[in-house]
Amino acid sequence: MVEAATALAVDSVWQALAAIPDPEIPVVSVVELGIVRGVEWRGEELVVTVTPTYSGCPATEVIAADIDRALAASGVAKYRVKTKLAPAWTTDWIAPAARERLARFGIAPPGMRMRAESQAIDASAIMTRSAAARVSCPRCDSRNTRELSRFGSTPCKAQYRCEDCLEPFDYFKPH
Amino acid sequence: MSSDRQLFDYLLRLGDSPLVLSQRLGEWVGHGPILEEDIALTNVGLDLLGQARLWYAYAGEVEARFADVERGEDALAFLRDSGEFRNLLLVERPNGNYADTMARQFYFDHWHWLLLAQLAQSRDACIAEIAAKALKEVTYHLERSTDWVIRLGDGTDESHAKMQAAIEELWMYTGEMFDADEPEIALATEGIGCDVRKLAEPWHRAISGVLAEATLVVPTATWMQGTKGRGGKQGVHSEELGRMLATMQTLQRSYPGAQW
Repeated sequence: MVEAATALAVDSVWQALAAIPDPEIPVVSVVELGIVRGVEWRGEELVVTVTPTYSGCPATEVIAADIDRALAASGVAKYRVKTKLAPAWTTDWIAPAARERLARFGIAPPGMRMRAESQAIDASAIMTRSAAARVSCPRCDSRNTRELSRFGSTPCKAQYRCEDCLEPFDYFKPH
Repeated sequence: MSSDRQLFDYLLRLGDSPLVLSQRLGEWVGHGPILEEDIALTNVGLDLLGQARLWYAYAGEVEARFADVERGEDALAFLRDSGEFRNLLLVERPNGNYADTMARQFYFDHWHWLLLAQLAQSRDACIAEIAAKALKEVTYHLERSTDWVIRLGDGTDESHAKMQAAIEELWMYTGEMFDADEPEIALATEGIGCDVRKLAEPWHRAISGVLAEATLVVPTATWMQGTKGRGGKQGVHSEELGRMLATMQTLQRSYPGAQW
């Protein structure tokens, strides 16, 4: 009986967390972004493990507060939100459905990084500049786009412009 | 075996350089040459600030093991005087013009990247985790400052002259990055820290390649500031840091414990 109740609770917690939108990009949830890494009971205490996206992202604290509120509202008596740095957050964890919603929202979704961490920390890679990624315009699907700035309205986005429909747009950087 | 006190000091070195550079970049807010640059400088500054917080949080834990104090990130950032800061002299240099800011960033980013790549292999799991995370962010910083050095160096006559002057002006602050003192070497030998002396060769190779592409001349001066155990890492700073801290710390000094 206790087992069943606990298993159910974990699912419900995931559902409650899946309803929390990212504060800056409300079309995707903090679960879909890959920020929530685990939900588990440790005895009487529920432990929710989260990982920060960018070290300096101001949304991190808002997300932690939102998670805190959601757990309190879901009636969990004792819980703890634990931060975990490793493995470091990557855009590869963003759910496929969320990528489509990003595009509909006007943000070009990130490409997959396809680069093993071991390669990323090879000193010889230092001169390898990221090849100009072929980013599709989220409005007209043209691939004739140009990077305006590597940094945009949030740490996770770059500013792009479509050379065909001439609209500027945000690109979620592969990270 | 290195002591917790030495580890604490080393963590301050790791945290203070990003913090001080982040404050310098913050000084550009509202003064950037174009909106995109204003935003980009702030983003880089925020990354560095976030990294400093991670190092300080760990430093505070380590300090509590040997001293009867509990200093969190705020106490370490806002309640130490310049003699207690362990940042590189390079990052406390004033912003100057845009070429000066980019040259400082360029020198630092290339060093920072190499340092973090090594620290990501540290035997200290906490150091390795923070470094691996920061490394991903610093990769963007590195690409960006590299692009700017090329763009300004291989640009107009005026931008070329300013970029060359900036590269030369800050050159004397680069030696300190590769100057290791005893505690640093001890931590490196134990596989915890990084032997920065070994970063000199790859750093020179990387920046020389970029400067050539930027049609700039690699400086050849050999006299360096802050080496031989008397530099920022030992708490010997220029007066510029004191002025910067006065601005940065005034709120916490005037209203201790104030919360945002």
